[in-house]
Amino acid sequence: MGSVLGKVLRVNLTTGAISTEELSAELSKAFIGGRGLAGKMLADEIPAGIDALSEENKLFFVTGPLTGTAAPTGGRYMVVTKSPLNDVIASSNSGGFWGAELKFAGYDLLVVEGKAKEPVYISIKDDQIEVKPAGHVWGKNTNETTDMLLEEFGDPKARVANIGTAGEQLSRIACIMNDRWRAAGRSGVGAVMGSKNLKAIVVRGTNKVDVADPDKFKETVKEVMQKIKENGVTGQGLPAYGTAVLVNIINEAGIFPTNNFQTGVFNKADEISGEAIAEKYLKKKDPCYRCPIACGRYCVVDGEEGGGPEYETVWAFGSDCGVSDLKAIIKANNACNEVGVDTISAGATIAAAMELAQRGMVKSDELNGGPELTWGNGQAVIEWVKRMGDKEGFGKKLAMGSARLTEAYGAPELSMTVKKLELPAYDPRGLMGHGLQYATANRGGCHVRGYMVSPEILGLPEALDRFSLDGKAEWVKIFQDLTTAIDSSGLCLFTSFAFGADDYANLLTAATGNTYTAEDVLAAGDRGFNVERLFNLQEGYTAADDTLPKRLLEEPMPEGPTKGHVHPLDKLLPKYYEVRGWDAEGVPTEDKKKALGL
Amino acid sequence: MQITVKLFATLRTNRFKAENREYPEGSTVLDVANDLDIPKEELAITMVNGIILEPETVLQDGDTLSIFPPVGGG
Repeated sequence: MGSVLGKVLRVNLTTGAISTEELSAELSKAFIGGRGLAGKMLADEIPAGIDALSEENKLFFVTGPLTGTAAPTGGRYMVVTKSPLNDVIASSNSGGFWGAELKFAGYDLLVVEGKAKEPVYISIKDDQIEVKPAGHVWGKNTNETTDMLLEEFGDPKARVANIGTAGEQLSRIACIMNDRWRAAGRSGVGAVMGSKNLKAIVVRGTNKVDVADPDKFKETVKEVMQKIKENGVTGQGLPAYGTAVLVNIINEAGIFPTNNFQTGVFNKADEISGEAIAEKYLKKKDPCYRCPIACGRYCVVDGEEGGGPEYETVWAFGSDCGVSDLKAIIKANNACNEVGVDTISAGATIAAAMELAQRGMVKSDELNGGPELTWGNGQAVIEWVKRMGDKEGFGKKLAMGSARLTEAYGAPELSMTVKKLELPAYDPRGLMGHGLQYATANRGGCHVRGYMVSPEILGLPEALDRFSLDGKAEWVKIFQDLTTAIDSSGLCLFTSFAFGADDYANLLTAATGNTYTAEDVLAAGDRGFNVERLFNLQEGYTAADDTLPKRLLEEPMPEGPTKGHVHPLDKLLPKYYEVRGWDAEGVPTEDKKKALGL
Repeated sequence: MQITVKLFATLRTNRFKAENREYPEGSTVLDVANDLDIPKEELAITMVNGIILEPETVLQDGDTLSIFPPVGGG
């Protein structure tokens, strides 16, 4: 038997019905699994135009064929649903151990439908599935909930995914936390759980995931492990300093967004860098399931312990809010994990609020006695995150995300978002390919859907001139397709610093028993990407939404090595649509759909 | 000529974070790396005034040279 179990677990919270069904082998092969597979199933199963926070929306917790196997980093799962932040298809990836545990329990994916009348949680112990009352943990933070449900479950080896108070309060930037510090972070997926009155999913599995060709698989795993070890990024850089090693590089290039993208240079970057974390607060590394890279950090500050912070988090609460107090950043990160909000969106929304305050649009008397929203105020980032799970007040306003906040003050141009999703930690005015990827990523402003920083800054797999437009449309397409495939496989995106498409193909072939070539892997990614695009078009999105905030298109970078540049998106988009096989309006052509079997 | 040299991540070990250093006219990025005993395989990203350039690049008086070992993230 191969590593695809062929089994879907479906729980309907309205009726209480629990069922299992066979996973379509055809879809599984065509989309690999994970993000691609669940995207296709979601698009087929939910009607167009529904409210993402209504009973009609569905939540897919989906693994890939390599999740739970011995493949390095094979612990990933994804949450796929309609996003309450921006109504596009949401697909949030997370690590830790929860995904592998779902597979050990015997399921490729869990589909949650309907809405419970009272707070509940789902308990999965192999084939024993129960929907249980969760009134006693409703209102608790994610750590308290994890502790209480683990005790109730009676098996310390169980794994917990849950929401904090932000998800309960339907914050549109709420995340789903698993294994305490790991997050399916983006797109407000935690609010969808909250809307269903679903507080948590506890899972324990005792089965092993088989592979189709054990000898070939073992040999391939050995080969790719060697690649991870020998690659400078996965073998040295990430293990030593975690993702925050990027702080100094990105700042040196003058593209480290500061004060809500008003500039790209932060003079105190070194104080909040991966080097500073390692020197001052790092207690240990905190690797996910079967991960030889171990980029995860675990820090202690003033006796407060927790996982992280990641590069994006350091940036969001750091330079984007003008904050150079690393302690405050680490505490804000812990607060995000407990309240259950996405660190990028939370930090970026506070940054937008700080700019609203800078311009006199948010007044002190609105803050309910909370800290002043002034650039560099470390206490403000901690305190305002803690208030994002509140039922009312300015914290509740922040928890709606940057687009809704700035809209409420009549200044939507101050929202550094694409399709309402807060942009991450790279200013596209100095990264032409990466900016195109922000504008076209299916979930909105996202860096991990085609990480062009890799060739444009890190020189991997080859160095590209970051200011040049040549070939960037083609690069973005390939990166987006490969990323979709990796997100479908159950491996971590960071393997792509060391692997090529043929490595994923070899692993998938040996594990599943289906034959995949490198071309098949990229085609599956292309297919999954187009399914997402078609979903978004059906929800009313158009080519006009493939854009960037006005500031990044029109205001030249004021200083530093990227000084004078804007992002010339209109020079790249037509070529990108052409390379994608889409018409001038960004719609996949009939020929393209046919070629992909859609 | 004066060059501001900035080192990052593992390259700081037994060296320094940032220093103003004197080099002869015509010195290249590689010459500076050799002077600091940085092996070529550790020379993953070299920026001159924030722009990524090849190690063979000839430096000018007043340049800032930033040297990174292989690093990445997301």
